[in-house]
Amino acid sequence: MSRIPLDPATAPAFPKAAKVSLHDLQLRRNVKHATNVIQTKRQRVVGERPDWQQLREAGRQIREHALAYMDEYLEQFERNCEAAGGHVHWARDAEEARQIVVRLATEAGSREVVKIKSMTTEEIHLNNALEAAGINAIETDLAELIIQLGQDQPSHIVVPALHKSRHEIREIFLREMGLKHLGEEPADLAEAARTYLRKKFLTVQTAISGANFLIAETGSVCIVESEGNGRMCLTLPQTLITIAGIDKVLPRFQDLEVMLQLLPRSATGERMNPYNSIWTGLHENDGPRNFHVVLMDNARTDVLADPEGRQTLYCIRCGACQNACPVYRQTGGHAYGSVYAGPIGAILTPQLQKMEHAQSLPYASSLCGACYEVCPVKINIPEVLIHLRNKVVKQQTRGMGRLNPEAVAMKVLGMIFRSESRFRAAQKFGRAAEKPLVNREGWIGWLPGMLGGWTQARDLHAMPQQTFREWFDAREKKDRGHA
Amino acid sequence: MNFRRTALRVALFITCYNDTLFPETGKAAVRVLERLGHTVEFPSGQTCCGQMHWNTGYQAEALPLVRRFVEQFRDAEAVVVPSSSCVAMMRDHYPLMAGELHDEALKRDLNVLLPKVWEFSEFLTKKLGLEDVGASYPHKVTYHASCHGLRNLGLGDGPIQLLKSVRGIELIPIEGLEQCCGFGGTFAVKNADVSAAMLADKTKAVIDTGAEICTACDNSCLMHIEGGLHRQRTGVRTLHLAEILAGEER
Repeated sequence: MSRIPLDPATAPAFPKAAKVSLHDLQLRRNVKHATNVIQTKRQRVVGERPDWQQLREAGRQIREHALAYMDEYLEQFERNCEAAGGHVHWARDAEEARQIVVRLATEAGSREVVKIKSMTTEEIHLNNALEAAGINAIETDLAELIIQLGQDQPSHIVVPALHKSRHEIREIFLREMGLKHLGEEPADLAEAARTYLRKKFLTVQTAISGANFLIAETGSVCIVESEGNGRMCLTLPQTLITIAGIDKVLPRFQDLEVMLQLLPRSATGERMNPYNSIWTGLHENDGPRNFHVVLMDNARTDVLADPEGRQTLYCIRCGACQNACPVYRQTGGHAYGSVYAGPIGAILTPQLQKMEHAQSLPYASSLCGACYEVCPVKINIPEVLIHLRNKVVKQQTRGMGRLNPEAVAMKVLGMIFRSESRFRAAQKFGRAAEKPLVNREGWIGWLPGMLGGWTQARDLHAMPQQTFREWFDAREKKDRGHA
Repeated sequence: MNFRRTALRVALFITCYNDTLFPETGKAAVRVLERLGHTVEFPSGQTCCGQMHWNTGYQAEALPLVRRFVEQFRDAEAVVVPSSSCVAMMRDHYPLMAGELHDEALKRDLNVLLPKVWEFSEFLTKKLGLEDVGASYPHKVTYHASCHGLRNLGLGDGPIQLLKSVRGIELIPIEGLEQCCGFGGTFAVKNADVSAAMLADKTKAVIDTGAEICTACDNSCLMHIEGGLHRQRTGVRTLHLAEILAGEER
């Protein structure tokens, strides 16, 4: 059951992909409804905390510190995890991470693995690699199961099936689970998934998980979830393989005090997640017999090396920026061509995937700042977007790229703004040049070239006959005349 | 009404697009400031704050405009700007840009100058401490909170307080006040489809208020909203806040 993974290397540019999504009215209704519900819940539980801004600041500082000393904390994590019976593996990139996980799963002798939702495994297209090795991966997170059965793709980092309505989910379950009857209510759907998954939990001997946090001080891994299916994966199988980006490290156990207040409130609008699992290595007569942690770089150290892009790694994957983003709310996640959609995806994907593969993403924002406002660790996403746009422009204007129409227009405008007389002349020229486009009522309904994007849905009023500075000049002259 | 307090020499930074496309906003700002007893100067070498270049990624074109702004406005007692996004540009990015230029003197100049730079409505409410500027405008009006005014400048309900004090006005709140109209500078052209979808939500919210006029502290958003309202032949107009505050009883 393979599906085409979201891959920024092959995905169409954002404006093109967005156009497709915008035509899917059902999808847009689903996304708007779901993000409205989550945002309302979030506002309620965030509003309960008079110290929310201090919490955000604490979260920011913890993440900033953790990443500034990432090397030391990761080695500390490794020591403490191994001392407790876990095995730590280091993966430089996606390819190495896939190889390690496939080897470990193969050594465990499993033809099937159960998985708890992990965006990191989506990032590296792990399921396809497992399938190629003859291993069937079963997603156990309800939303990921819906995605997998529907041969779909995740569209949100916390609520991957947010773009599906309950009726669409029922259709998928009926078809893919081979059911004859299935009710319409959420409880009916949950029951169907439970029956389907329970058999798997009791028989499959290997599990693969992601991680919300790695605790250096204790060597523990932390996962928060809503359904308890993750808890099943973490406790029932013989072998547990956890894969985590190296950015997930926290220095101290106590840091969870801040993070576990910020994350659920921001992610699902809950004070606390229903299931919070924290485990450390192996325990006699309880849980898995083998425990592996794969620590994956996959370009994260490159992001860390960029002082202005670095804050992207502070992300704790709550998805609040996605729910708040007016662009994401129109298009949903697939238009971003990456498992990381929305504002965080627009800054993370181009940095993880090398810019050439994701040049349109830094522009997929009106810079309204709603993302920064809700970010629990205060990532200034608009600032990083602008930083990345600057990098895109530098790439696109190399060599002959200097002659692309936008670059030329920008250069000319830059020259105009550097001189008062050129600016005055340009204003006069603009008034004359636009004349053929202006209708009798003084409006422009069609513009050529790049500017045509404006007039596809908007009119533009003609330039007034006198600029402000011409008016001010005339006024001064008159005043002097009177004096 | 007694507006007598220390008269200020206000330097008006009109901004490039207001100068060219919205001269009435500048005239209105002058009228309001002079009515309040202040004198208005217009440093004539001013052009653009650099926002479009900076936000689109053309850093090299934006950087010289920081020095230009400082040179033009260095001696001002107060700089008033009838555009919230341009003020946000200066406040949030100019210090960073001076860093890019490795220019310590420019940084020092900005430290002195930037606290004297005010968005038009915040100059009235925060610098002068006014809510009632003696305006009259007997129309149904709704207020759109531009993103940069709302989030970067923290204008809060300052503009709404100013509007509430206008005689004869009927102020109708809009649904989804904090939602972006979809302009975003070059975003409106580069991502025209998404921008238009966002605009459609915004124009619907404006129309649903039943107002005759949609106002804001930023003509760039208003140009966008106006473009949509006019295309749909709604008859609803847009007007900068300064033009409403300039209204006088006839």
